[in-house]
Amino acid sequence: MTEFLQQLINGLSLGAIYALIALGYTMVYGVLRFINFAHSDVFMVGSFAGFYIGRGMPKESFVTGFLALTGAMLVCAVLGVVIERLAYRPLRSRSKLTVLITAIGVSLLLENLGQFVFGAAPKAFPTLFPVHTFNVAGLVIGSNQLVVLVVALALLGALQYIVLRTKVGTAMRAVSFNPQAASLVGINNDHIISFTFALGSALAAAGGILYSLNYQAIDPLMGVLPGLKAFVAAVLGGIGNIPGAALGGLLLGVVETFVNGSRFSTFTDAIAFAILIAILLFRPAGLLGKMQVEKV
Amino acid sequence: MIPRSQIVLVSAIAGAGVLAALAPRIDSYFALIISNIGINVILAVSLNLINGYTGQFSLGHAGFMAVGAYSAAAITMFGAPKFAPALTQGAGVHALFPIALVGGGLAAALAGVLVGAPSLRLKGDYLAIVTLGFGEIIRVIFRNVDSLGGALGLNGIPAYTNLFWVYAFAALTVYVVVSMVNSTYGRGFLAVHDDEIAAEAMGINTTRYKITAFVVGAFFAGVAGGLYGHSILTIAPTGFDFMRSIEIVVMVILGGMGNTTGVIIAAVLLTLLPEGLRMLAGAPVSLPFSAPFNNLKWIADTRMIIYSLLVIVLMLARPQGLFNWANRSAMRPKV
Repeated sequence: MTEFLQQLINGLSLGAIYALIALGYTMVYGVLRFINFAHSDVFMVGSFAGFYIGRGMPKESFVTGFLALTGAMLVCAVLGVVIERLAYRPLRSRSKLTVLITAIGVSLLLENLGQFVFGAAPKAFPTLFPVHTFNVAGLVIGSNQLVVLVVALALLGALQYIVLRTKVGTAMRAVSFNPQAASLVGINNDHIISFTFALGSALAAAGGILYSLNYQAIDPLMGVLPGLKAFVAAVLGGIGNIPGAALGGLLLGVVETFVNGSRFSTFTDAIAFAILIAILLFRPAGLLGKMQVEKV
Repeated sequence: MIPRSQIVLVSAIAGAGVLAALAPRIDSYFALIISNIGINVILAVSLNLINGYTGQFSLGHAGFMAVGAYSAAAITMFGAPKFAPALTQGAGVHALFPIALVGGGLAAALAGVLVGAPSLRLKGDYLAIVTLGFGEIIRVIFRNVDSLGGALGLNGIPAYTNLFWVYAFAALTVYVVVSMVNSTYGRGFLAVHDDEIAAEAMGINTTRYKITAFVVGAFFAGVAGGLYGHSILTIAPTGFDFMRSIEIVVMVILGGMGNTTGVIIAAVLLTLLPEGLRMLAGAPVSLPFSAPFNNLKWIADTRMIIYSLLVIVLMLARPQGLFNWANRSAMRPKV
């Protein structure tokens, strides 16, 4: 029982990171209907931003952690907007395939620029937050796991507030629902799409820092696998659906942690894709998504 | 009257024979590059049938290549010595190797059916992710099969690949893909690419066309995998990762989706380019005013950056591909 709870906690903290990345995929899909392949590399850039900010700080404290987190989120928000502006906006009227290939190109560009600028060798990630291990009723809970859960919950709450309660959030939902009608009622679609990219990329940066805190080593290709898995999480929850992405992320994190703890641990990396294929076959709209009728 | 395409095929195979006869006179490094060009032509042309002509964006070609490489190696290393030892010696090898290649291709084709049947109901970016996922699953499976070397890979594959087999199969791939697409039956691939809904309304069984394209493409990817394995003699799951698939996809995009000639040119150029850059990086250049180029290592280092920028710029400026002069725009925007 203790082991089960322990694995559950580990799984939830991994899942919270997947959830943060998945939100970026789902929001961009919501407004533009395409998979932003470069999202996983924005996540990587976020980690590196956190790495350089954290290294410049005297010692680990909550202030250091907070500054690294917000700094990296800002950097990535700008990066996300720039990527959208330069690579995706000129292609908005083109076929989806063209945009998809461009997104793969942007992803490759960030990875290779990363290897060129940061170096291909893994780097040790600084401990941004004070580290402490709690023992509660036989369970071992690292302070970093708590940080992950608290930050992820806070960001999810903030996002939910922005999307549901603010004017710009309403506009985002309007663009997602019907871009043409949204521009008819005076919404500037370009601004909203830029804002969506900024928001999603900032969340990816937060995810990147939280991920690096737990895994302690970062490299320019670190984003590929978590990015793909987070995408699976978004599809699992129903792509375009914000609570769905959070649920999918948590579920995937828990399932993966349990598989990793079982004797099938060498198959861990395949689990996410097996889930993806199963969900697309049996419930393509995802757990929380609504089935849509294809219109001709 | 023999059709022109068959005359071309026969003469291409004869050309492969001539090339193979010349092989002993070629420096072994260049022979390897020439062989890699042929293998990449097979991969790119077969992927072009799926991604270009049929318009189904697959990112899992390296996975099929892996299935072919492992199956062909299993046939030559384990199957043949056990069941037909005569074939492993002397002239028997010339019969064994094509059998192993076709066996590898068939195994990959089977994997193609298994992957294609469920996933080809999906469209566009979903299909891309699912094929990517399947490629990763195939890799994880090979990593866990200990009798095939596990994560360390399979060593000691016999060196059966020569220029004749590479170019004979490259010619066969081009022949099959071109004749398929240009046949009455093959117009269906283009119809699926141009407008799936309209094709369906015209009574075309779109799922069947998609799976056919997938299976034929996977077959030749498997053959290429077999040739690759018997050329580098050691295969490991890491050699067939996502980046390998992307390399093949870039060849298809650069050449122009659905343009076989362009794709062949792109496969040749993109195989030569890194080798050329590597040579430049090694060679001391001392021409007047060549100071910035004296150390060309930075060009080799930035090769992948240039690749990715190329893909982006190409999509923004010339989505029909670099070598696509034909009028038929492969990526016409859909209304």
